[in-house]
Amino acid sequence: MSLALDITWSRPDFQLQVDCEFPGHGITALFGRSGSGKTTVLRCIAGLERAARASVRFNGDVWQDHRQFVPTHRRPLGYVFQESSLFPHLDVRGNLEYGLHRVPAAQRRIGFDQAVQFMGLESLLTHRADQLSGGQRQRAAIARALLASPQLLLMDEPLSSLDLASRAEILPHLERLHDELSIPIIYVSHEIGEVMRIADHIALLQAGSVLAFGSIHDLLTRPDLPLAHLEEAGSIFEGVIAEHDHRYHLSYVGIPAGRLAISLRALPVGQRVRVRIDARDVSLALRPPELTSITNILPGRVMDVTDDRDPAQRLVRIDVGGRPLLARITQRSVAQLAIAPGIALYAQVKSVALMD
Amino acid sequence: MIASFYSPDDLVALWISLKLAAITVALLLLLCTPLAWWLAMTRSRLRVIGEAMAALPLVLPPTVLGFYLLLFLGPYGWGGRLMHQLGMQPLSFSFGGLVLGSMLYSMPFVIQPLQSAFQAVGARALEVAATLRAPPWDRFFTVAVPLARRGFITGSVLAFAHTLGEFGVVLMLGGNIPGRTQTASIVIFNDVEALDYSGAQRLAITLLVACFALLLIVYAANRRVAEAAAAA
Repeated sequence: MSLALDITWSRPDFQLQVDCEFPGHGITALFGRSGSGKTTVLRCIAGLERAARASVRFNGDVWQDHRQFVPTHRRPLGYVFQESSLFPHLDVRGNLEYGLHRVPAAQRRIGFDQAVQFMGLESLLTHRADQLSGGQRQRAAIARALLASPQLLLMDEPLSSLDLASRAEILPHLERLHDELSIPIIYVSHEIGEVMRIADHIALLQAGSVLAFGSIHDLLTRPDLPLAHLEEAGSIFEGVIAEHDHRYHLSYVGIPAGRLAISLRALPVGQRVRVRIDARDVSLALRPPELTSITNILPGRVMDVTDDRDPAQRLVRIDVGGRPLLARITQRSVAQLAIAPGIALYAQVKSVALMD
Repeated sequence: MIASFYSPDDLVALWISLKLAAITVALLLLLCTPLAWWLAMTRSRLRVIGEAMAALPLVLPPTVLGFYLLLFLGPYGWGGRLMHQLGMQPLSFSFGGLVLGSMLYSMPFVIQPLQSAFQAVGARALEVAATLRAPPWDRFFTVAVPLARRGFITGSVLAFAHTLGEFGVVLMLGGNIPGRTQTASIVIFNDVEALDYSGAQRLAITLLVACFALLLIVYAANRRVAEAAAAA
C-alpha cells in the first residue's frame, strides 16, 4: 500500500516539483509554510487540479499519468476542505448521505450510524450548516468524507479556520480516526503542534519541493532540517500507561528508554499514548543525577551536537532507547561538560506533555 | 362574475397572453440553463460575445427584433424556406412565431439571473460533490441547480411578466389575429385606437396587477434568501 507521486506543476510565479512515495498507512503530514505548495499537492492527488506532467498512483492503480487522468469522482478518496464546505441546501443528514448513497453497498466500509457516533453528531442530524458552530461543521464534514468509504483520506488544514476551543473539540476525534480506522491520511498543516500530536510521517515542503520525508521521530529532531530549530522544537515518544500512583497523583508511561512520570490521568493501564518533550525542557548530566527534583531521567548516548538559531544555544540529539531526544542547552554547558557525539549521559526531563 | 367583467374577446386575448408567457418561460428555461451554465463557467474569450448577444434584446427596439424575425421567417427568408421544404406551416403570423419572438425578447431576463446564480454557487461546492463520488451531471442537478434556485425563480417570473407585457415584437411578427395571435397588450392598443377606454382599462389594470404581484414574488423570494445568508 502506498501513494506514489511525481508531480511537476508550473505557474508563472510558482514551481512545484514533488517526487515522493508516501506510505499507505498512518497519518502523513504535509508540512510547510503557506505558499509552499501543500494544498496544490493535495489537489493534484485528488484530481481537483490537473498538473500537465504528473504521475499519481495509489496501491498500484494509476490515477494519473501521461496517458490517462481518472476524474475525482472515480477516485476512492475522501477530502476534508479547510473551511466549512457543507452543502447549505441540505441538513447534516443530507450532507452525510450524499457520499454514502453514491458508494455501492458492497463497497461501504463504514455505516451511517457508526460515522455519526464516531464524530459525535447524534443530536445534529436535522440541523443545517448555518445552525452549527465551526467545530460541528468540520466534524460533519469529516463524517461525510468517511461515509464515502475512502481508501485514502485527504485533509487540507481542517482545523485552521477554527478557534482554539473548536480545535480541542476535534483533535480527539482525529486521533480516534487514526487509532480505530485503518485509512491512510494525508494531512496538510502548518501547525507543528498539530503535526506532533497526530502524524506518523512528515513530508516537509519548502518552496514547491519536498525537502525531506520520513518518520515523525526522525524529522522532528534532524538538525539539518528547520523543524529542530523551531522555538517549540521537541521530540515525540510512543508508550503505554504502565501504572498509576494515587498517593503522589502520578501516572507512569512506559517507553523503550524507561518510565516517564506525568500528572495522574484517568486512562486505563495498557492504553497507548504519545508524549511530547520540548527541547528546552531537557537538561543533561554526565553522571546519574542525585538529590534532584527532576523525576524523569533517561539514560542515553549523544548522536550529534549542532548550532542553533541563537548563538548561545546548541542542539544536542540523544539516542534514548532507540528514539531521538532533542535537548536545547547553552554552548557554555556543551563546552564545560565536553559533550560530544558518542558520550553517554543522562537526560533530565523537566516536563512531559501527554498528547490527548 | 369574471365573464361579466371581461368581454369574450378580452378573455381569449388574456388566455393567449398567459399561454404565450407560460410556453415561452418553459422553453427558455430549457434553452438558457445550459447557456447560462456555460457563460458562468467558461474562461473562453467567446464569453463576452455570448454575454453581449444575450443582453442585446434588452436594448434593441422590439420593432427591430420583430422586423428581422419577420424577414427570417417569411416565405423568402432562410427560416421560412427551410420550414417550407420540411413541409411545415410558416411561423410568421402564427402562435409559434410569437413564441419564437417572445423567447428572443425575454431571453436576457432568464440568462442573466441564472448566470449570476450559477457563478454564486462557486467551484468549491462542486469540488466537494466530486470528492463524494458525484459525476458531472449528478453534481449539476443535486448541487448547482438547488443552490441556484433563486436564479431560476427570478428568471422565470421576470420572463413571464415581461412576455405578458410584450407588444412590439407581437405586433410585428404575429399581426393582430383575434383568437390566434392577438394578445392582451394588443387588445389594449386596439381598444385605445377605437376610443374604447373602458375596454382598455379592464385589461390594463389586469396586467398592471398581475405584473406587480409577480414582481412581489421575486423580491420576497430574494429577501428570504438574503436574510438566510445574513443569518449564516
